[in-house]
Amino acid sequence: MSTAVLEEKRPETANRPPVINDFSIHVATANGSGSQSSNNILMRSIFQMGIPVSGKNLFPSNIQGLPTWFTIRASKEGFIARRRDVGVLICMNPETAHEDVKTVAPGAAVIYEESLKLDGLRQDVVFYPVPFQKLVLELVHDGKLRRLAVNMIYVGVAAWLLGIDMAEIEKAVAKQFKSKASAVEVNMSAIRGGLEWAGKNLTKRDPFRLERMNATAGKIIIEGNAAAAIGCMMAGVQFLAWYPITPSSSLAEALIDYAGRYRIDPETGQPTFAVVQAEDELAALGMVLGAAWAGARSMTTTSGPGISLMSEFAGLGYYTEIPAVVVDVQRVGPSTGLPTRTMQGDITSTYYLSHGDAKHILLLPGSVEECYSMAIDAFDLAERFQTPVFLMSDLDLGMNNWMADPFPYPDKPLDRGKVLKTREELEAHIARFKEFARYRDVDGDGIPWRTLPGFIDSPAATYFTRGSGHNERGLYTERPDDYQRNMDRLARKFDTARRFVPRPVVSNGSGSRVGVIAYGSSDFAVEEARVILARKGLPIDYLRLRALPFTTETADFVSAHDRVYVVDQNRDGQMVDLLRLELGPHATKLRSIRHYDGFPLDAETVIEGIEAGEKR
Amino acid sequence: MSSTTPETKAPTAETKAPATNRVGLSIKEYGGSKSTLCVGCGHDVITRQITQAMYEMSIAPHKVAKLSGIGCSSKTTAYFADRGHGFNAVHGRMPAVATGALMVNSSLIGIGVSGDGDTASIGAGQFVHLLRRNVPMVYIVENNGVYGLTKGQFSATADAGSKLKTGAVNDLPAIDLCAMAIELGCGYVARSFSGDMKQLVALLKGAFAHRGTALLDVISPCVTFNNHESSTKSYKWAKDHEIPIHEIGFIPYFEEIAVEYDPGTTQDVELHDGSHIRLRKLREDYDPTSKGQALSLCLEAQAKTEFLTGLIYAEPRKKDFLELSGVAGEPIVSIPDARLRPPKKSLDEIMESLK
Repeated sequence: MSTAVLEEKRPETANRPPVINDFSIHVATANGSGSQSSNNILMRSIFQMGIPVSGKNLFPSNIQGLPTWFTIRASKEGFIARRRDVGVLICMNPETAHEDVKTVAPGAAVIYEESLKLDGLRQDVVFYPVPFQKLVLELVHDGKLRRLAVNMIYVGVAAWLLGIDMAEIEKAVAKQFKSKASAVEVNMSAIRGGLEWAGKNLTKRDPFRLERMNATAGKIIIEGNAAAAIGCMMAGVQFLAWYPITPSSSLAEALIDYAGRYRIDPETGQPTFAVVQAEDELAALGMVLGAAWAGARSMTTTSGPGISLMSEFAGLGYYTEIPAVVVDVQRVGPSTGLPTRTMQGDITSTYYLSHGDAKHILLLPGSVEECYSMAIDAFDLAERFQTPVFLMSDLDLGMNNWMADPFPYPDKPLDRGKVLKTREELEAHIARFKEFARYRDVDGDGIPWRTLPGFIDSPAATYFTRGSGHNERGLYTERPDDYQRNMDRLARKFDTARRFVPRPVVSNGSGSRVGVIAYGSSDFAVEEARVILARKGLPIDYLRLRALPFTTETADFVSAHDRVYVVDQNRDGQMVDLLRLELGPHATKLRSIRHYDGFPLDAETVIEGIEAGEKR
Repeated sequence: MSSTTPETKAPTAETKAPATNRVGLSIKEYGGSKSTLCVGCGHDVITRQITQAMYEMSIAPHKVAKLSGIGCSSKTTAYFADRGHGFNAVHGRMPAVATGALMVNSSLIGIGVSGDGDTASIGAGQFVHLLRRNVPMVYIVENNGVYGLTKGQFSATADAGSKLKTGAVNDLPAIDLCAMAIELGCGYVARSFSGDMKQLVALLKGAFAHRGTALLDVISPCVTFNNHESSTKSYKWAKDHEIPIHEIGFIPYFEEIAVEYDPGTTQDVELHDGSHIRLRKLREDYDPTSKGQALSLCLEAQAKTEFLTGLIYAEPRKKDFLELSGVAGEPIVSIPDARLRPPKKSLDEIMESLK
């Protein structure tokens, strides 16, 4: 039976206006049941129909059995933050089915396994019972494939109910299974079976519809971790040491995969990078410092608990002035519980990571494009400033699917910073400055020059690398004046960095006395909230932070507004705290909006926070 | 490869010019800053043997990466090979720093100096993984059974029953670093005594000639905190109890092997660079290339509190970590920037695949 015939049989919703390209689909399954492919196919099909889309995996810390949700948002206006209300629920997990049904918005459509008998739970939603288990027996003859293929049936049912173009589904299936004919065939037949069954047996009573648009042409879909991995590869990373930790592992794995394809020297066949899977995060940063000391562009990737373990080495990197890039894909807290949920949880701990007077440059990517571009920036800044630089992504950005424009090729060459690599460079330096002294500020920017082990055969090139107690020549000292002079230079270097880190993105001009400051993955929800608030007659200005230390724009923005709301995805307002320290008298203008339930931020939270504040 | 006459020139009465080695350097040029350790410290003796071994091996000093953690032993990397680069890392974490540095520059000659606290306690985890990976470097543990810099606490290599100066008795068994290293696949495992200079310098030269991790566990008495009567890491105890398992000669690849040997009493171990270690057996039929014998020897010595020294285990043909990782060729740090960033067509190809 063709799709066209099915189209004719589908009645329009009687008395509710259709909701076109502006709702979210929530798929509830058990972890490990193989729903990921089905969800990707759903999302990609919508994307291929030209409708802006985002996909989020709200998953447990578990391999098999615990509940997991995948939420796909279609938005004709291009809003890709998480949407709080669910329009279409697909209930495949008996464990959570009752709870799932209770949480959807009134008027939602609920597709569910018939035997779960959910239709008595609510009167204000539209139920579509589907005999998935019976259908899979008919549609899939290979018993081993049924567990996975059952998920394809809901793709077919949803396609019929929502009007997803089957041609797009076929394309998405081919992409998902890399055109492997047998897999494509089995899955397509399950999808078609679902579609046909729905056509014969269901009557559409909900308002949700997808209609072709032209808003995604030329765009890509990518996870932030893959984007950052591509950035690191294009930055010319030479050394990666890492320890597996959710949600950062996929970054290291994507980098190994991409670099294995694009970073093999065609002449020698040797990789132009080295990778070590370290014994722990502590060792990972130690290896990175060793490799960077030897002159390699070096990085590690981790999450909060790994950051804690890296603390001592982070301080050593600061004091010895060794470049390092640490990607922190932030998540909820230590140990078991919510390691697979998102949080902006490491802002203050990472900014001041380690002991003594250590502090660090943090980059705050707000999109997959910035995961890519800031990964490149991070290496340049780390080598320019000879210090660890932290790229602060998070689980929502890192592990979820985001629509983006294709990434541009880097327009600047690598900035390797102040390195004397050859005898000629060393001699020219000595001619100009009398000698090479590792920790002397000869340029007035706080940044000294360095040599690399094994490069120049001359006693004038060498120095000894040690922690806090060294003079300008790198010699051991415990003298108060030596120590203090060095600390002052490090402070000067950090001040220089303020002029080089990515500037905030400022959207002034709404004429409002109210502003909002946000950072990282909060951007999508904040932008959406601004549009909605403006429609409600409350336009607000916006400053999106892109780095720490703060730059002058931030103080200017706060001083130009009466009230500034700071959005944090943590309980205690880590960024608002840092801003208060920075701003002095203007700090009283700051108000804090905090989201910390483990799920990605949504626009409603921002709107409610600002509206509540403005009513006061 | 080998020349019939050693190129090391002896000083003559006429010129008084210092002797130089194959790379034209005198032993002075392998020196470092003045030691700040206690007078009589075993570590200073080891430093002198390291200097001697580097000189005799004609190592290019600017290629030397000296790596250490924290503790008295870890300070000593500043006391030799000033023309090399040194890195005093954090406590117990030298193996990680060494792994990173040596992975990206296959031309560096790595030497790590650590202590028993730095290696067997706080750094045990990293030590284990360094050995498992077979990172190419000489790893010396200056083992005195005690924490010196923090004034005399027991370390994890202190023998059970040994006493501190305060009279406190150590109830816990010692970690045998050599047995641990053999178990973990280390291809060059030796134990020595800072008082046995001839043996130590031969073992050090062998370690430099070995490819992969070479572990030297050197008993090095702490004159201030662990040199008293009831210590099993004192000079007196070590001198009285040292039992060499063989006499060790080292023949570098650039010297001809002149004397024939009797396989009944002598064993030759050929190292990666063509150098030979010649062992005159003192312990009947002990074969240091047998992992089983090597482990048994360690276990027996532990059981009898024997202080056996020499090359306990040798497996010179093992692949090191760089070879295993496919980066043993051109040093990664020498690759020019232009070859590090893929061309635009690579990025375009990736972007296309994501559409």
